[in-house]
Amino acid sequence: MMFVPGNNPGMMADAHIYGPDSIMLDLEDSVTMAEKDAARLLVHNALKSIDFGDTEMVVRINPLSTPYGKKDVEAVVKAGVDVIRMPKTETADEVRELEAEIIKVETEIGCVGRTLIMAAIESALGVVNAYDIATASKRMMGIALGAEDYSANLKTQRTPGGAELLLARESIVVAARAAGIACFDTVYSNLDDMETFRKEIELIKTLGFDGKSIINPRQIEVVNEVFTPSQKDIDKALRIIAAIKDAQARGSGVVAVNGKMVDRPVVIRAERVIALAVASGILDKEEAL
Amino acid sequence: MRNTKLVTLEEAIHRSGLRDGMTISFHHHFRGGDKVVNMVVAKLAEMGFKDLHLAASSLSDVHAPLIEHIKNGVITKISTSGLRGELANEISHGLMKEPVVFRSHGGRGSAIASGELHIDVAFLGASSCDELGNASGCPRSENAKSICGSLGYALPDARYADYVVVLTDDLVAYPNVPKSISACEVDSVVVVDSVGDSTKISSGAIRDSKNPRDILLAKLAAKVIINSGYFTDGFSIQTGTGGASLAAVKYIRESMLEKGIKASFALGGITAHMVKLHEEGLIEKLIDVQSFDKVAAESIAHDQLHQEVSAIEYASANYMGSAVHALDIVILSALEVDVNFNVNVLVGSDGIIRGAVGGHPDTAEDSALSIIVCPLLRGRIPCIVPKVTTLITPGKGVDVVVTEYGIAVNPGRPLVKQRLLDAGVQLTDINDLAAKARSIIGEPDPLPFGDQVVGIVMDRNGGVLDKIYNIVD
Amino acid sequence: MEIKNAVAGTLESGDILIQIAPGEGLQVDLQSSVAAQFGRQIKAVIAETLSGLGIDNAYVKATDKGALDCTIRARVTAAAVRATGKDVWKD
Repeated sequence: MMFVPGNNPGMMADAHIYGPDSIMLDLEDSVTMAEKDAARLLVHNALKSIDFGDTEMVVRINPLSTPYGKKDVEAVVKAGVDVIRMPKTETADEVRELEAEIIKVETEIGCVGRTLIMAAIESALGVVNAYDIATASKRMMGIALGAEDYSANLKTQRTPGGAELLLARESIVVAARAAGIACFDTVYSNLDDMETFRKEIELIKTLGFDGKSIINPRQIEVVNEVFTPSQKDIDKALRIIAAIKDAQARGSGVVAVNGKMVDRPVVIRAERVIALAVASGILDKEEAL
Repeated sequence: MRNTKLVTLEEAIHRSGLRDGMTISFHHHFRGGDKVVNMVVAKLAEMGFKDLHLAASSLSDVHAPLIEHIKNGVITKISTSGLRGELANEISHGLMKEPVVFRSHGGRGSAIASGELHIDVAFLGASSCDELGNASGCPRSENAKSICGSLGYALPDARYADYVVVLTDDLVAYPNVPKSISACEVDSVVVVDSVGDSTKISSGAIRDSKNPRDILLAKLAAKVIINSGYFTDGFSIQTGTGGASLAAVKYIRESMLEKGIKASFALGGITAHMVKLHEEGLIEKLIDVQSFDKVAAESIAHDQLHQEVSAIEYASANYMGSAVHALDIVILSALEVDVNFNVNVLVGSDGIIRGAVGGHPDTAEDSALSIIVCPLLRGRIPCIVPKVTTLITPGKGVDVVVTEYGIAVNPGRPLVKQRLLDAGVQLTDINDLAAKARSIIGEPDPLPFGDQVVGIVMDRNGGVLDKIYNIVD
Repeated sequence: MEIKNAVAGTLESGDILIQIAPGEGLQVDLQSSVAAQFGRQIKAVIAETLSGLGIDNAYVKATDKGALDCTIRARVTAAAVRATGKDVWKD
């Protein structure tokens, strides 16, 4: 998920050519108070007019408690955004409040149910409430960590190893998995230190995250390299899926690959490897079927 | 020394026998820092010359003072490879009665050699020279003022002009060796304060582009090259100086190391990037018609396998030995590419001249594989268009076009296309790219061209390729 | 509609700076490096956007840096909202 400032038309127009899975146009932290109105109009018009291809379009709105939040919801829902990212989410009630706002606008334009929600968790309270937040709405597609505000809230600061984020990261992954939705890790803002960035991605992949937020197209390649499964993993996953299909065709409940029993977690992992391989563009959709 | 050719500029002009209506020539190795053209033409104006034909290897922003000399009738005809800035703008608006004649570097070399472009007096700036005229673009004293490295574009002038004046700001003791221009070809030597502003000749240190679009284009271009079938041990390559082109060298280098492939030579304008690969042993030889930066200029001064080449030996179509005939891969840029793969590198989308033909048609046509790298759009200006504003490089010589929205292969190169497809490189149709550009920016209005011809584009063999008309505001 | 002086947009590449002021009828003064090919279209988008917002009398100075139509629409709307004090979104 690539962050793009909401008041920069030059960056918005071609953000999708770098191939991020999703683009998050930002109306919150990257836009000054004096430009909130102009950025909102810019994002609205960009969503309506620009062909972003298959890229999932997310807009980070201002909190509903500010004078900008509700207008942001109206502007982006009317423009047909895929996902609204809610910043600094702390409770399930906040999510339901956003859902109500979305429904109001969707009802007005006759497209109820179109807009999904992603909640950014950026405080200790948010982490404590992560599962409630993750299950607060049927529209909830994922939760994400916002580490800058979170580490400030903890009265600490970010370190290259990320020890201060460990509990938050694990809590978010656990909450997301329990709720059956996606989870995304925070941004890494030092563009000149690709090595630490790579280590961070390796860490969050191990923790179970589905993806990483980025601030520059140059970071995409590293994320993809880490998340893209190896050819060996893909071949193995394809064999497992083939064996399952074969077993189903024969009406057999027991499946073995290379002499090893294939149980449910193995199948889920194999499906995930194939989905990642397809998303990374190294496996054809047809081959995966 | 008894036989000195040292004279003042005025004396050199007197001795040359220059008369009204004759042709004078210059090179552009000092690029944006050139001081020779303005200095010499100002002197000619002062001496009362009229109706001169200025034949430069190229002209740039810095030559805006020529506008006054054109208005005063000192210069009435120009031949060049490129034209930029205010001079180009004025000419596009109809400043000159006689159209500017544009030739490629190879085309200019051929035209000079054949006599089609006859030079009466050549005024050639040199970074060092002795008093008999042995001249070089390399520094020979500690405090050399203006270093340009190769003098490749000046060599045809030195050889074929009736009278040759070398201007230098670093007069050194005889013999100035190794030399680029031999004393045998030089008639007068003039010492001046400065022939060029070093800071504007070369950028000095290399900086890799951090522009994400350049990096994306570079990766795609490198992918095309690596899978084209021409990326084999002993291949040869030429690249431009654009951000994407330079960044592509980085990815090609990685692949060369990985696969254990080495290049036999790099050609053309040589940059620090190429010098680095050469010094690492990845490129055996550098054939340098123009040194693009300080590192290249220093390398050519010291490295036996980094050799100067004249414009004729570099890129002439009708010269069997010219290096472009042996060139495998070239990466080029473009202002516009059309759906028939024709390229324009000279006239902007506003109809105003703002570029240079350079070696574009020479290398595209003669190389085994030519790759044009350009964005689909520059702001609201489309780079992939239904028809180029001005034809500079015919599409038959253009093999692959790389944009950030997709890669298109010339239908005339099915084998290249198949190799890329086999390697999993996604390809698109150039018509789809043009349509994509239109869908983003809308349909542009036709340009307000008048009916005065302000420029004639010659092809490599001396025929007329296209005409440029004046633009009306 | 009553309007006061207002500005929106920037001079960054891909953007357009819109300065709006009271005027008689609609007058658009456009500066753009793509004026020859897109000037007519840019002016039309500005006029359409303003008339859609009920503004028929204004002097608009537009300094274009290669903005796409959707950006022009957004910037003109932002300037108009600031000039009239009347937002296009509900409160």
